[in-house]
Amino acid sequence: MAALQQRTIDLIRSHEADILSQWQQLLADTGQGQDNRISSAELDTQLREYWRLFLQALPAADASTLQGTEWQPIRRFLESLSADRARRGFNSSETALFVFSLKRPLFSQVQVGLIDQPQLLGDQLAAVSELLDQLGLHTVKAFQKTREEVIQRQQEEMLELSTPVVKLWEGVLALPMIGTLDSQRTQVVMESLLQRIVDTGSEIAIIDITGVPTVDTLVAQHLLKTVTAIRLMGADAIISGVRPQIAQTIVHLGLDLQGIVTKANLADALALALRRTGQTVTKVAG
Amino acid sequence: MDRIPILQMGDLLLVTIQVDMHDQLALTLQDDLTDKIQRTSARGVLIDISALDIVDSFIGRMISTISALAQIMDATTVVVGMQPAVAITLVELGLDLRGVRTALNVERGMKLLQTPAGTP
Repeated sequence: MAALQQRTIDLIRSHEADILSQWQQLLADTGQGQDNRISSAELDTQLREYWRLFLQALPAADASTLQGTEWQPIRRFLESLSADRARRGFNSSETALFVFSLKRPLFSQVQVGLIDQPQLLGDQLAAVSELLDQLGLHTVKAFQKTREEVIQRQQEEMLELSTPVVKLWEGVLALPMIGTLDSQRTQVVMESLLQRIVDTGSEIAIIDITGVPTVDTLVAQHLLKTVTAIRLMGADAIISGVRPQIAQTIVHLGLDLQGIVTKANLADALALALRRTGQTVTKVAG
Repeated sequence: MDRIPILQMGDLLLVTIQVDMHDQLALTLQDDLTDKIQRTSARGVLIDISALDIVDSFIGRMISTISALAQIMDATTVVVGMQPAVAITLVELGLDLRGVRTALNVERGMKLLQTPAGTP
């Protein structure tokens, strides 16, 4: 694999100012630092810091893999840079452009400097290109990782948000389920509901599935598990909000919901719960 | 050898499990309990497992078995105070303890035992 020669490195060093100004110009042309996501002063600082680390690491070997301790600082810098970009709402190509836009200024300087030796020129251009590609790839990889972290955090937050256990009446809890039920969600729902039953000493828990779009065998199985767990704790479960389509699906699938008390809506379920706990609600005359 | 004490309250028997159950202890409890039911002709058995936070399939089956044994000897069993983690474990193990009556705490369990079976 072609390696950078000392002559090329010296060439880059000696034309530092030209390369930097050209790079800045290029970045400005692509619109970076123009909007309010990142200020041009900040971009300039990042650019200089990157350039410093780049020059530092340049004489090191293994440029094609970016392995080795010399490349550590610049790898770190790119990781934090792309994490920062991801959070500010830049997309992956905009982030990668930061690295790739350095290509043209570097190429033109190398080209001018080595014009007398075509063989060496081609060789060195390939080496520079490879190095910048590696740096760019590393940036994109880090960017992707940050985005994935963001997505995962949001998923976890959604899981928490979508399972509120509300106290409906003295001794009656309700759990309005919204969205598709999968194993992971059932687990979270079950745990929080059972814990609330213990905390409040409620005798009846109503699981409202009005917001569950479809019921299949798996969902039914999850529901059965939850109901059984509630019974084991010594409380009763009522399932409410069974819509006509869902009732049809359940029957067509031949699912056995025996032992589960179901009601058409939450009001009916609450009425049943009140009756079971020996409470009545009466209308005040007048 | 340690055993789990069985307390008598009128015609009810009270079992409080406060130590980690191991298999031999569970078997001893089964023997002791059936013995005691016969001697006292108890009408109901209340098993408090609120201090139990780890179960395995053996203990789960033991609860089922005790309930069935007591049923045959004409005593009603109520299991009270099951922890959420225990309930989830039993469900995941596929043990739904059908036929075992449950209550949230000792007080409610007592009330359940004092009303004859079949009436809510």
